[in-house]
Amino acid sequence: MAAIAGFGVLILITLLILSALVAVLGSLFRARKLANLGFIAFCVGGATLAIVALAAILASLLANGLGGVNLAVFTQDTPAVGSPGGLRNAIVGSIAMCLMGMIIAVVIGVLAGTWLAEYSGRSRWTAAYGSIVRFVNDVLLSAPSILVGLFIYYVLVAKTWPLSLGHYSAMAGAVALAMLAVPVVTRTTEDVLRLQSKQLRESGVALGAPLWITIKDILWKAGSGGMITGALLAFARVSGETAPLLFTSLGNQFSTVHLLYKEGGKWIFDPSLGLNQPTASLPTVIFNYALSAYDDWRRLAWVGALLIAIAVLGINILVRVLSAEPKRS
Amino acid sequence: MTSVPADPPASGHPHRRAVSRGSTFDPIFGFLCGAAATLLLATLTGVMISLAIGGWPAFAKFGLGFFTSTRWNPSPDIAGGEFYGGAGPIVGTLITAVVALVLSLPIAVGVAVFLTEFCPRALRRPIGIAVELLAGVPSIVYGMWGLFVFAPLFSQVVETPLAYWTPPPFLGPGFADFWNNVVIGDLVPNGSGILAASIILAIMILPFMAATLRELFLTVPPKVRESAYGVGCTPLEVVMSVTIPYVQRSAIGAVMLGLGRALGETMAVTFVIGNAHNFPKGLFSGGSTIASTIANEFAEATTPLHISALIALGFVLFIITFAVLAIARTLLNAQRQA
Repeated sequence: MAAIAGFGVLILITLLILSALVAVLGSLFRARKLANLGFIAFCVGGATLAIVALAAILASLLANGLGGVNLAVFTQDTPAVGSPGGLRNAIVGSIAMCLMGMIIAVVIGVLAGTWLAEYSGRSRWTAAYGSIVRFVNDVLLSAPSILVGLFIYYVLVAKTWPLSLGHYSAMAGAVALAMLAVPVVTRTTEDVLRLQSKQLRESGVALGAPLWITIKDILWKAGSGGMITGALLAFARVSGETAPLLFTSLGNQFSTVHLLYKEGGKWIFDPSLGLNQPTASLPTVIFNYALSAYDDWRRLAWVGALLIAIAVLGINILVRVLSAEPKRS
Repeated sequence: MTSVPADPPASGHPHRRAVSRGSTFDPIFGFLCGAAATLLLATLTGVMISLAIGGWPAFAKFGLGFFTSTRWNPSPDIAGGEFYGGAGPIVGTLITAVVALVLSLPIAVGVAVFLTEFCPRALRRPIGIAVELLAGVPSIVYGMWGLFVFAPLFSQVVETPLAYWTPPPFLGPGFADFWNNVVIGDLVPNGSGILAASIILAIMILPFMAATLRELFLTVPPKVRESAYGVGCTPLEVVMSVTIPYVQRSAIGAVMLGLGRALGETMAVTFVIGNAHNFPKGLFSGGSTIASTIANEFAEATTPLHISALIALGFVLFIITFAVLAIARTLLNAQRQA
């Protein structure tokens, strides 16, 4: 079955190469129609190949992951080899770290984006500084996430300086995720604020409101839709990130995120929410379990991958629905 | 006649007090915003400095050998002691990224052209949205698919036949040399290797590049394209001599953004590259990239020198990607301002 599919793709690739050859040959011999025909075939074939490949990925995700989804996945912790279990600790850890990271990212990103949009145009110097910051933000936007992980490991996990936490923890993971989300939030905040009309700003000034009130109550409010979209996109990006968590939150076989927990028959109150310990997350569990040699772990890895893909695609679709609404009206 | 003070004493005027208190917060708010913007700058500088410091012991110990040697020996007990030469991962990073780009760029252009020129109108939006959605799928999903679905298939359909195939003699000894030393290398038909990783990377960056290119193609004014059609150009000629030249600079920028992604990608690569430290002997050999080496070894690194060598590799990756991304952004911004 798989071999047949493989041969199908091979035939498609051969056709693709052939049609490209026809296009090149045609243009060599100045046969315009022939070249064009080859080109059209190449474009259609390329699009088909792309859709087939991507559909195959989603299909295998469903085929391998859907069978493993049951209640235990959400109610039990990651198991030892051979015993039943679920992904509860990883799901909770992922949600906790993503939420924490997003809170940090929204605060910093919105302020930075506001500075770029509202304050950077004040003088020649701030404008120059603003364009440097904007450039740096663009670079950070697509910086390799594993380097962010290394950086946070170096500043927060390793005992390199006094402000370091000194060990793996959910907090370090959240900061790493925040670092990946900040550029997205900054970018969308700036773009959204720049779209607001001058009259809106002047209305604040006319009421005698200080600048920060104008920004907070008028501009942010007017741009809130776009800013929420940006934050959701950042959330979607961050929730699937694996590399930066490998050496910041590490992983944990047990649930660690809790306010109250039972130890030796006694309930213990934990004001740190357990965020100070190494914490499991869905992507790192998938990574470790997929590379293991045990079938039940691999099955859980597929389930985890399916859950993440659903979450990320779901958020993206939500964003589309949210941002499409005002355009239609 | 004394002038009225700008901020009269607030006593007895609660409303005015609120306003004046508000304006004293103004500079603080401005400062907070400026501080957040500066934090971004500080982060990038911090990444560079911390990776440089963390990698310094390895750079200092091995000098140029860190870039030229392929010996990667983390165990102090083996003869010669700990030694870290990063040539294998560094070259592996560059090769996989470039091969991935070569594989996916023509198809991405094809998809973008298909969506803007040939696609039936009814399918245009759904396929466009699907491509954009797929650009957001986390890379670990691509990695898992690569490991469990693609690698067995690749081994069965491509690698095993190739392992038994020798180039026919009429192609000459030159071709046989090229075939054995550049393409096949030390092929082990288990579905992993440089080419397998490049293909997964190519599939991963394909939606991203196709979506960006499509957006760029849509910025070409319809009038310009229609006038080309009007003088009798075929679609091929319109695309090659009107659409692509029109967006040339930003298209190169978009392609380099894709390259940047491929260079720094960890999860899509680590599963299928084979994780061999030596210099890749051919497209079908096992290899490693900087990101895959760090992801695989960092948690197990015990000696300070090993950790330092991995951070040093990270520094090299940072410099490479920073250069690529900086060029990409400059090209993209130049177009935007023009």
